Amino acid sequence: MNWQDLQVAAPEIIVLLMACGLLILDLFVSEQRRGLIHLVSLLILALAAIITLRGIPAIDAVTPVMAFGDTYVRDSMGDLLKVFAYLLMAMMLIYSRHYLRQFDMYRSEYYALALFALLGAMVLISAASMITIYLGLELMSLSLYAMVALKRDDKVATEAAMKYFILGSMASGMLLYGMSMIYGATGSLQIHEISQAIANQGSDNMILLLGLVFTVVALAFKFGLVPFHMWVPDVYQGAPAPVTLFISSVPKLAAFAMTIRLLQDSLGGLHGDWQGMLLMVGVLSIALGNLAALAQSNIKRMLAYSTIAHMGFVMLGLLSGTPEGYGASMFYVITYALMSAGAFGVVIFMSSKGIEADNLDDYKGLNQRNPWFAAMFALLLLSLAGVPVLVGFFAKWLVLQAVVNVGMTWLALVAVIFSVIGAFYYLRVIKLMYFDKADIETPISAPSDFRAVLTGNALLVLVLGIFSGPLIAACMAAF
Amino acid sequence: MLTLTHYLTLGAILMCLSVAGIFLNRKNIIILLMSIELMLLAANMNLVAFSRFIGNPDGQIFVFFILTVAAAEAAIGLAILVALYRNRQSINVADLDDLKG
Repeated sequence: MNWQDLQVAAPEIIVLLMACGLLILDLFVSEQRRGLIHLVSLLILALAAIITLRGIPAIDAVTPVMAFGDTYVRDSMGDLLKVFAYLLMAMMLIYSRHYLRQFDMYRSEYYALALFALLGAMVLISAASMITIYLGLELMSLSLYAMVALKRDDKVATEAAMKYFILGSMASGMLLYGMSMIYGATGSLQIHEISQAIANQGSDNMILLLGLVFTVVALAFKFGLVPFHMWVPDVYQGAPAPVTLFISSVPKLAAFAMTIRLLQDSLGGLHGDWQGMLLMVGVLSIALGNLAALAQSNIKRMLAYSTIAHMGFVMLGLLSGTPEGYGASMFYVITYALMSAGAFGVVIFMSSKGIEADNLDDYKGLNQRNPWFAAMFALLLLSLAGVPVLVGFFAKWLVLQAVVNVGMTWLALVAVIFSVIGAFYYLRVIKLMYFDKADIETPISAPSDFRAVLTGNALLVLVLGIFSGPLIAACMAAF
Repeated sequence: MLTLTHYLTLGAILMCLSVAGIFLNRKNIIILLMSIELMLLAANMNLVAFSRFIGNPDGQIFVFFILTVAAAEAAIGLAILVALYRNRQSINVADLDDLKG
């Protein structure tokens, strides 16, 4: 270990130390001044973002830097994903303060757990060895299980936490079993050595293929892809809305990085084998996600099925196996996380006095109650549906282009057909907001920081759509 | 003489037992938690066996990390279980049915 190793992991070290400091600080902060914890958390994120963007002075940002005996890597993909993870987390914290106050959950454990989950995501994004991948994944998942169960007295939340825990742990077990097979077949845990070993010995190895199958199953579990999606709707519905927001944003970025590290960086030689598996889960997810979302009356559940469908699109980009496809998937997952954060932000906005507005009927006549946020929500929903000019359209476009370029036009057609079917349930919410009469006509309001961030979030979807060039270029440059 | 195949078979048997435990069990959540631990142990068995037969110590180091994480995982799982029991007075898997759509 030397100075450069520490520089490579500087953002993680800062987040770890400050999160521990936050727990101690909490002992000295009275209940009335809890806002301090909130501000310190945002400060930690800003600091981490500065350190990540500054990079390592002596080295340009493009060259990947390995550290700690090749178990940790810093590259442009990781940096970009981390910066967006900080941004999403900051938005989540601002959205959640309003919610936590109303639901009597305004305690600093929430902030500490969220920071540790972020730390896990950061480690996972930068991991270059099976051990670091596993540790990052578990740090993130264990913090998330606890966050879902944070509403201790709530029957539904604890049930969701239990389901999430059981299925998440099972996925980790599958991943470990797969990793042990890959280790046995290649004799190494480092991802670069694994890819080297596969290049030398060829891919015709039963143990290696078995390892690959278990790994893909675990990844599908973590992404929530059909047929391993059972936990997604239950957890999204049962978890407190800000936690749902968190689960649908930051861990998705981390899962994307994990997939790239495992499937491309280490098992790239087996592309022919995993392409078929991703194809199957991808198509099933797009189909079932969009169809099942039509039948939902709970908006959190509906957005959960929409997540499944969107993650199916991410798989389409990945399965193409070209740098263009990976870049498209990365753009997709980043923009999806932004859109989903905004959509759950609106769910938080509508919730008040201990009651979550999670039924579709609660959104009736939102236009009469708060026209500005009805417009913002409509913008987010249209973007999720993939309407042109908004960023969701460009994300879908890039992924489909990557798929067509590898000669799978039929796949692009199937994806488009199901997206058109899927547009219906987004438009139905817009119809409820604008053309139905509200049951309760009291106007809704929220603190000014909440309104500012939600507005910024929705407008970002529009701005990134109109000026999508720089972000697309950054995503493409990462591969 | 025990060969690698014996150890891998044991690992596979443990894995099958744990998966069966998760999917066949309809009564008790504690059995689910035990099955998950067993799954981690199956992976550990594989890692140690491979490590020994390849002659590379990395796998055994990995096992230490897995054991540590498994302890943390059990702690969180049991904590959630306690919260669940307080809310429902039951740890029956079949009773976890409030969430559906």
